[in-house]
Amino acid sequence: MGSAQETVLLQGHIIDSLILAKVLDAILMLGGAFDLLDVQIGSQRDQPSRARILIRAPSGQQLTDILQAIQPHGARVERESDCSAEPAPADGVLPPTFYATTHLPTQVRLGGQWIDVEGIEMDVAIRVGDAAATAQAVSMGQVRQGDRIVIGREGVRVLPLERPKERDVFSFMQAQVSSERPHRHIIADIAGRMTALREGYREARSGGRQDSLVLLVGGPAIIHAGGRDALTWLIESEFIHVLFGGNALAAHDMEAHLYGTSLGYGLSAGRAVPHGHEHHLRTINRIRSIGSIEAAVASGVITGGIMAASVRHNVRMVLAGSIRDDGPLPGVITDSVQAQAAMRAALPGVKLALLVASTLHAVATGNLLPATVPTVCVDVNQAVPTKLADRGSFQAVGLVMDAASFLRELARELGWKG
Amino acid sequence: MSRFLVCAPEYFSIQYEINPWMRLSNRVQPDRARLQWQGLMAVLADKIGARLDRMEPVPDLPDMVFTANAGSVLGRKAVPSRFRHPERRREEPFFEQWFRDHGYDVTQLEEGLYFEGAGDLLGFPGTWFGGYRQRSDIRAYTTLSEIFGREIIPVELVDRRFYHLDTCFCPLSGGELVYYPPAFDLYAQQVIADRIGQDRCVAVPEAEALRFACNAVCVGKQVVLPEGCAETMALLAVRGYEPCPVPLDEFMKAGGSAKCLTLALD
Repeated sequence: MGSAQETVLLQGHIIDSLILAKVLDAILMLGGAFDLLDVQIGSQRDQPSRARILIRAPSGQQLTDILQAIQPHGARVERESDCSAEPAPADGVLPPTFYATTHLPTQVRLGGQWIDVEGIEMDVAIRVGDAAATAQAVSMGQVRQGDRIVIGREGVRVLPLERPKERDVFSFMQAQVSSERPHRHIIADIAGRMTALREGYREARSGGRQDSLVLLVGGPAIIHAGGRDALTWLIESEFIHVLFGGNALAAHDMEAHLYGTSLGYGLSAGRAVPHGHEHHLRTINRIRSIGSIEAAVASGVITGGIMAASVRHNVRMVLAGSIRDDGPLPGVITDSVQAQAAMRAALPGVKLALLVASTLHAVATGNLLPATVPTVCVDVNQAVPTKLADRGSFQAVGLVMDAASFLRELARELGWKG
Repeated sequence: MSRFLVCAPEYFSIQYEINPWMRLSNRVQPDRARLQWQGLMAVLADKIGARLDRMEPVPDLPDMVFTANAGSVLGRKAVPSRFRHPERRREEPFFEQWFRDHGYDVTQLEEGLYFEGAGDLLGFPGTWFGGYRQRSDIRAYTTLSEIFGREIIPVELVDRRFYHLDTCFCPLSGGELVYYPPAFDLYAQQVIADRIGQDRCVAVPEAEALRFACNAVCVGKQVVLPEGCAETMALLAVRGYEPCPVPLDEFMKAGGSAKCLTLALD
């Protein structure tokens, strides 16, 4: 629910007369929902009371029906005005009073019509079209001089998040982070979502579209801790469709393939191997000499692991570098503004995000994702899921657990025999 | 002494149909109407001892006889009606002028905010009730509450035959209420019972409600009501009231009776 909404005002002796109760009942009976935004009750009998009611309905027609039904009882639509916009004064600079977004679904009023803001994400601005009634989220860096940017708060409304239809761990819609909660049912719910999304993904793909995508944002601890096989299987089984990571995830995955180590530690023996610390450098150097990860897979140098599976299954990969990277590997984007743009471009169609053992990439992704995308954040350090939750990604489930345990349990839930 | 504004049925007739009682084919007998009206005046003046302020009838305004719809009055404050139907809107300037000529402090409601006077706004000393949905607009009561400094509880009228509150709701001087519950929606029925007290609510039978038993004028212990409402009279008598029946069937052709023909001024 929530595709249409309107705020109405009701005033007078609305409490004792049961007029407020009648209006609220009518909204529910006609299939709508309401939020009481503000109720002021008269302090004496002859003083009027006043209520502001946000009405939501599944469709515009139902909203119209509701408004028609409640207007005779005195509810009147709150006076609304279009949003205001000002031209950006320079490239990369917003007007001083720009509207700063949340990651919740947002609409702006243009020419008397409420229209959805495309590509909503947290902490950006809204650009409106010159002639056409269009509105897009735009980051500070992307704005160009003269772009019309929404200012102030008038004519902008943030829609409350819909309760998901699925009755699973995400339907509580609150940030949950705890190291003391049992993980199993949460992982089972995530697996349930992924099974449904794989159906949707395959159906969309056969229609030539990209939808129902699952994004995994991973850190190198996946390799160190032993989650590589499970993640490879998830990718090969088409449960993961978009992969965000850094230089290290790719480097250690391919190091494991070429040397059987991760950052020099033997993955099976579990101890440092002689000169093992050089392995990731030699791996990076080898891939650089080949020219790209894709070419390394195509030429048969890298035949197993996360990178190989991702290339073979056309997983959309964005590797964003950081200041302490070795190499980096070819394909790693070292300009962080460009990396952010590449991540943003890969998000349309993402319906579930798994943020596993990664701090900065997870937080960056959390900022880019609209609140409508359920998010699972897995880390051994409770601070990471908590940080995500604190940033307001409230349809986020936090799991305080080891990356490998999570991926293995998830893969087993989905049919992995490893 | 009670005072009522009345208007002689000089031009009373059925010239349009704006409620389910009116039928153009159901002609008024002018002499009979005049006699019935004079009978009502006699009861009010002689039996009850009320003072009657008569306003001048106006040709082509057949419903001006129903002065309950002139407006609402409290002390020296008056708010003239804003009729929903254009047929009666033409009465507005005459009622307004009468209030002004008689020294009332007149406040006009904004244009388009329908309010049909004491036909829809009735009450007890502390709490007033405002009928809405059929004729008056619920939003008028927010403004009226400010003007008169009274709590006004809006009650929804759901039966077209009981198009004004005074056709189905009559407060008595002792705090009781004579009313016809099915004319109200369930919310209003509950509010009325809660506010008045169920034991003080006197429900009239449907047959008498349809004879406008509730369209009565209560002064002290006397209740002037249309004749033919034996059960209602008995219910009143049990509670110590003296029913005073008056034949008013000519006015029922237009959907009005004793209460509609009067506007209490004090």
